[in-house]
Amino acid sequence: MSDPRPHEALIDRLGTDLVPVRRLLPPWLRTAGWMLAVAAIAAVLLMHYGADPMLRRWAVTPDLGWAGMGAVITAITAAWAAFALGVPGRRAAWAWLPLPGALLWIGASGMGCLRTWIAPGTHIANMHQSADCLVFIISFSIPLSALLIVLLRRAFPLRPVLTAVLIGLASAAASASLLEICHAYDAAATDLLTHALAVAVVVAVNAAMGGRLLSKA
Amino acid sequence: MSQTLTATGFMGLDSGLSRGMSLVRTVPVESAAASTSETPDQRRAAWMAAAQAGDRRAYEKLLADSVALIKAAARRQGVAQDHLDDVVQETLITVHRVRHTYDPSRSYDAWLTAIANRRAIDALRSRGRRDSRELHDEFALDSHPDTDDASAATESGQRAQRLREAIAELPPGQREAVEQLGLRERSLSEAAEITGRNTGALKVNLHRALKALRERFHGEP
Repeated sequence: MSDPRPHEALIDRLGTDLVPVRRLLPPWLRTAGWMLAVAAIAAVLLMHYGADPMLRRWAVTPDLGWAGMGAVITAITAAWAAFALGVPGRRAAWAWLPLPGALLWIGASGMGCLRTWIAPGTHIANMHQSADCLVFIISFSIPLSALLIVLLRRAFPLRPVLTAVLIGLASAAASASLLEICHAYDAAATDLLTHALAVAVVVAVNAAMGGRLLSKA
Repeated sequence: MSQTLTATGFMGLDSGLSRGMSLVRTVPVESAAASTSETPDQRRAAWMAAAQAGDRRAYEKLLADSVALIKAAARRQGVAQDHLDDVVQETLITVHRVRHTYDPSRSYDAWLTAIANRRAIDALRSRGRRDSRELHDEFALDSHPDTDDASAATESGQRAQRLREAIAELPPGQREAVEQLGLRERSLSEAAEITGRNTGALKVNLHRALKALRERFHGEP
């Protein structure tokens, strides 16, 4: 059996340094905190734009409603997974948690795109409007990502890049959900492409910065 | 050592998805130790809960208890026997730094093993980097003999002295050619200007001088 005595000096020093610590809040509670911030932004947007245009659009094209719901589920589950991965000993399998929501989001958006071909005549976003989408998603993702990083600063993600990808996915999905409130047109190929591009940019930037922002190793 | 390693949590199993299965009571250390029904993992979880509240005695017992677990994790990652202690030290320091991330309702062993695995991989990586550098150093050693080595320095000093003596004993024309072209690295035209001899004569003298020196040192004709 190994002899732990060589480490006695270090253990003694660490014991001397010991002070009571405040435990990390459980992942679900921190997820709820972040979603509260997203909900606050949603409330402001709803007050400004009202819920009617969104509900009217959903009534006419239900797949947009499904896509929006998928985006919300993706945002919640990706944030939860990011917080879970910030605790040592949690399985990497947590990273799969946002998959069902993301499939619904992407699938329903794809349906919207298909419908445009089947039933032409719906308002298709032009390049200018698509650029607005891009700017909206990216500009909302930056503060939402920053907030997630702040909430993760006391955590210890052993997989910083994977955690950062989840942060990016969560904030991009939340931004896309918020966009639903003030979106003036239906999903079309250009629109979907813009969404995908915006999400990819947000996820990639987070992944690239993740190692430096999150790693305490 | 009295405690043995159980399979619970030790396999790196995450209890994250099975919350509630291994609920650990955050009871005071003494009564926790007294309980006979609890597993070593549960005992360590109770110690860590106490340590998070500032109980130094529980903390030191926990860290001493963790050493074997860390070594086992490092060994599984492929860390060599003589580097295990480095991984133990690094892991203990990390445990101290991130002890607030431990949730006492979950397996302590799984939490510790995840950190130890990380530190073991870090150690293997840094060793890998160092080894690859050392490989290059070996190459460098072959190409550039160590000048700091005392015996090598003496030997090369003696060789230089013998060479200087041999050059000094050359006929004046040859000596001039070696000094100007060989030692001072002057071009033929520069050497010709300085010595007042033509370049052809310098070349012949250098050739003869080198031949004489070779014969003297290697016995070659």
